Amino acid sequence: MTKKTHRLTAAALLALMFAMIIVLEQIIKPTDAAAMLLTVLKKSSVYALVAVSMNLLNGFTGLFSLGQAGFMLLGAYTYAIFTIPLADREFVYQYYDCVVHFSFPEALGSIMGGFGALLGVALAVILAGLVAAAAAWLIGLPVLRLKSDYLAIATLGFAEIIRAVFQWGKLGPVTNAANPLKNYVRLNFFRLSIGDTTINLSAFASVMMATLCIGAIVLLVNSSYGRAFKAIREDEIAAEAMGLNLYRLKQLAFCISSFFAGIGGAMLAMFANTVQANNFKAAMTYEILLIVVLGGIGSISGSCISALLFIFSSEWWLRGLDSGRFLGIAAPSVFRNGFRLVVFSLIIMAVVLFFRRGIMGDKELPYAAGRLWGRLRAFLAKADRKAGEPNG
Amino acid sequence: MGLFQIILPYLLAGVSVGGQYALMAIGYSMVYGILRLINFAHGDVFMVSGLIMVYMAQALPLYLSIPAVILLTVLLGFAVERAAYKPLRSAPRMSVMVSAIAVSYLLQNLALYITGGLNKNYPAIPWVSDSITVLGATTKRVTIITPFLMLALVAGLVVLIRHTKIGMAMRTVAKDFETSQLMGIKLDRVISFTFAIGSFLAATGSMLYFSNYPGVIPTAGGMPGLKAFVAAVFGGIGSIPGAVLGGLIIGVCESIIKGMDTVLVHLGLIRSPLELATFSDAFTFVLLIIILVFKPTGLFGEKTTDKV
Repeated sequence: MTKKTHRLTAAALLALMFAMIIVLEQIIKPTDAAAMLLTVLKKSSVYALVAVSMNLLNGFTGLFSLGQAGFMLLGAYTYAIFTIPLADREFVYQYYDCVVHFSFPEALGSIMGGFGALLGVALAVILAGLVAAAAAWLIGLPVLRLKSDYLAIATLGFAEIIRAVFQWGKLGPVTNAANPLKNYVRLNFFRLSIGDTTINLSAFASVMMATLCIGAIVLLVNSSYGRAFKAIREDEIAAEAMGLNLYRLKQLAFCISSFFAGIGGAMLAMFANTVQANNFKAAMTYEILLIVVLGGIGSISGSCISALLFIFSSEWWLRGLDSGRFLGIAAPSVFRNGFRLVVFSLIIMAVVLFFRRGIMGDKELPYAAGRLWGRLRAFLAKADRKAGEPNG
Repeated sequence: MGLFQIILPYLLAGVSVGGQYALMAIGYSMVYGILRLINFAHGDVFMVSGLIMVYMAQALPLYLSIPAVILLTVLLGFAVERAAYKPLRSAPRMSVMVSAIAVSYLLQNLALYITGGLNKNYPAIPWVSDSITVLGATTKRVTIITPFLMLALVAGLVVLIRHTKIGMAMRTVAKDFETSQLMGIKLDRVISFTFAIGSFLAATGSMLYFSNYPGVIPTAGGMPGLKAFVAAVFGGIGSIPGAVLGGLIIGVCESIIKGMDTVLVHLGLIRSPLELATFSDAFTFVLLIIILVFKPTGLFGEKTTDKV
């Protein structure tokens, strides 16, 4: 297949996926058991984006950073603060006098109506990414000179510092301190009302945002910058000798990765009902690192598949293990609260031990699918030959 | 009330918690020195050790349960290494690190399942958990014992590393992994022994640490573990005196930040509290970043040179 047909197939598959999501969203009622499908789809789109953004840094540039949760926090807060309706601010900021009196969707919505509100949300999401990227730039100044594990622990440290700053009582008028932010624009904002019928687009919007961002990262990785990043990963000294400006490129990769982590944070805020600094702990970064490594370091499609599997099995498929009944086996004394996570961590352990290079290694999906297809054809040809051979 | 009287309780608590961090930091530091692995599961071994104590104390008298806890924790550390790290000896470093994260995840979730997520009250150890008064500050006896016990254990460890055969083997492996194998050192034995020592110190640390706190929850190991690792990096990873000093500095700073508001108000520098206690955990990382910027390998870390 040529490159052009590859692209056409990919575009067709994506269009098919989006069409299916839109249809599913109209069919499934919130009370159905299958409604869980939409919930996990939204959540896994967030995790896929954040995992890919981490992969850009850890897998493609070879910078071992553990600051993802901190940048997501920045994104989530920025997004939430700038989309809470002005009327609700007094209710949300119960104990403080809110000092930010601006909401993108409202400001633009009052000028341009529904489209303006949508534009406002988009601006707030982009601002969330920019704030995270700006913070990354500042953090990068001192820490990007550090090597491997030292960089990891320093970025982890910055994430913890950011978390503490957002919980600080003196910043309450901006961040609401340790109290949650709520009533901002959530995913249920995305729906179309035509007359009496409402078309629900929340899962579509979430997956769409993630797809756009991941697409941008794919383009970046395939550009000359992407090749420079990979050169740094393979050998810093050789890359420098080839005339690459190490520090500038590392800073660039760090900022871009954080930009998308910030957008991921904003999407997580949209998915959840509240934003609270205390939820963005180091454990969240570890979870994302697990997803990245399980999917394969340096494989974007690997990160996406692994995020899907991770969220689907932890949040949905294994649910029965918590509530007494799983695969038709009823054992309430064993299958009680928490058993799901024990089984889930055992599965992860097994994958880590037996798939050292993750699900995809550093290969991408088209390649793996192509190889599978090749093997299948070879197998069929062999079977054909066998059938054709004379007996005896 | 004088300034000293205000600071003293914080200082005592700081030295004590610093001693406990130091005990854990040594475990991180030794494992990193040999395997170049951030053993993310170490904090959770510490937490599990606390839980074992909770359950042991319900079944056995204390003089039996304390050695039993230490033994079981050592076995746990040994088992973790054999099950999760040994099979990955030839794998990329990232795989081993993720394996450590997976173990940590597993231990936390197991603890969550077994305890039901409830806070388990830590048993009071007689004499150690009693309240005493030092220079007008009321505290538990464990606060005073910790630094001394820690120093005694560290002294023992230093003797072990300097003057025994296994200690020499450990130093060799830390220096050069491959060459030491060529010299006939049984690598697996040395690594297992390192994990056993680390777990032993973590078990001791956990008894001291949880005696000061009301109970054990499944996530109780996370923050202390992270801080202990920071302490190890701060002091220079691979160095035992570094880990001790790092642990003490971090413990004292954390504790003083908690009391900073009171001190500043007392000195008349500020009128109303600044709620600085929010930063008691974060300040650890501020210290870390400062030291890494000025001395990238920590206080006592060895300089490494890049070879092309």
